[in-house]
Amino acid sequence: MEGLLSLAVKAIFVENLALSFFLGMCTFIAVSKKIATAIGLGVSVMIVQAITVPANNLILNNLLAPGALAWAGFPEVDLTFLGLISYIGVIAALVQILEMVLDKYFPPLYNALGVFLPLITVNCAILGGSLFMVERSYDFAESVTYGIASGFGWALAITAMAGVREKLKYSDIPDGLQGLGITFITAGLMAMAFMSFSGVKL
Amino acid sequence: MPQTRRDMLIDPMVDNNPITLQVLGICSALAVTSSLQVALVMSIAVTFVTAFSSMFISMMRNHIPGSIRIIVQMVVIASLVILVDQILKAYAFEISKTLSVFVGLIITNCIVMGRAEAFAMKNPPVDSFIDGVGNGLGYGLILMMVGVIRELFGSGSLFGVTILETVNNGGWYVPNGLLLLPPSAFFIIGLIIWGFRAWKPDQVEEREYKIQTVEAH
Repeated sequence: MEGLLSLAVKAIFVENLALSFFLGMCTFIAVSKKIATAIGLGVSVMIVQAITVPANNLILNNLLAPGALAWAGFPEVDLTFLGLISYIGVIAALVQILEMVLDKYFPPLYNALGVFLPLITVNCAILGGSLFMVERSYDFAESVTYGIASGFGWALAITAMAGVREKLKYSDIPDGLQGLGITFITAGLMAMAFMSFSGVKL
Repeated sequence: MPQTRRDMLIDPMVDNNPITLQVLGICSALAVTSSLQVALVMSIAVTFVTAFSSMFISMMRNHIPGSIRIIVQMVVIASLVILVDQILKAYAFEISKTLSVFVGLIITNCIVMGRAEAFAMKNPPVDSFIDGVGNGLGYGLILMMVGVIRELFGSGSLFGVTILETVNNGGWYVPNGLLLLPPSAFFIIGLIIWGFRAWKPDQVEEREYKIQTVEAH
């Protein structure tokens, strides 16, 4: 239990997906102009991340890993090279299913998150989460924790960024730096702030 | 819209750069630039994937039903990325270890999807191929610029060859450790964007709020 807790804290603060691995930067920069939309996107990323990381973990351990197909009578088969295509397929399919389920049973939530869901398929934070899970060989419980925590960390970062940008638009910024340029520099300062968490030993 | 093929190749490098203007593919641009060699491998990999995925998608563009086009594009891109990943693992294992998950993340690199969707779905294969190469090179250009700054001033070398002798090795140069850490990439790209826009003022973004100037009486 303690291990899972420290994994969660690490995934949220120390190894924040957005600010220390730069994942999901395209959407992070593009959709962080307003706090409300940033929270909407952040929550959708968290939900999708919490489902896809464990789902990909099950697929890896039961279908792709060397020897995983022993139950089907192929103990020597190693399908790990199909990993990338399976993970992205799972992500695309799950996002589609989630969209349909929300549309059918939770229309208010669908209306709030609907526009962001297709964006999430191509959000590197989602695929990145699954790939980190593979690289660090998490077990199932760890991958559930990691999925939720890393999604939460990303949501936290984009909400904070949107807060900064809402104030920033009133500032007098040099012409060339206006918009994208200053956003990058702000993100850099935020990344530095988050780096101070790396001293936290768990 | 670029007209000739030469324009198609040159245009994305400065005038319509995928990173500084279209805000595509930033994730990997930031993460893999702390050493030049890795940045170069990444640029080649992205150029390869963008060019060939654009070409294949363009070949199939008249046969793909609109409703499932994203999935078809994903499959084409993912197959090419698997190819790159396997080649890197076989011939450049050290570099593929450093790149870790970022090779896989070429799949979700918005440049690849963006060009497939915006250009390859509407244009013939050869043009799409050239457009893909151009955008890959535009991406590579920024990556190399960031890579040169980070490696030269962060560890005093280029491509692993020592240029500025660091203090630790008995030289004179005190390396700037910040440049090896993630935040520096944000600052460098921010400043590169500033430079580009100072050079090409028509890329400057419109302000949402103008600061009122008070006229002296």
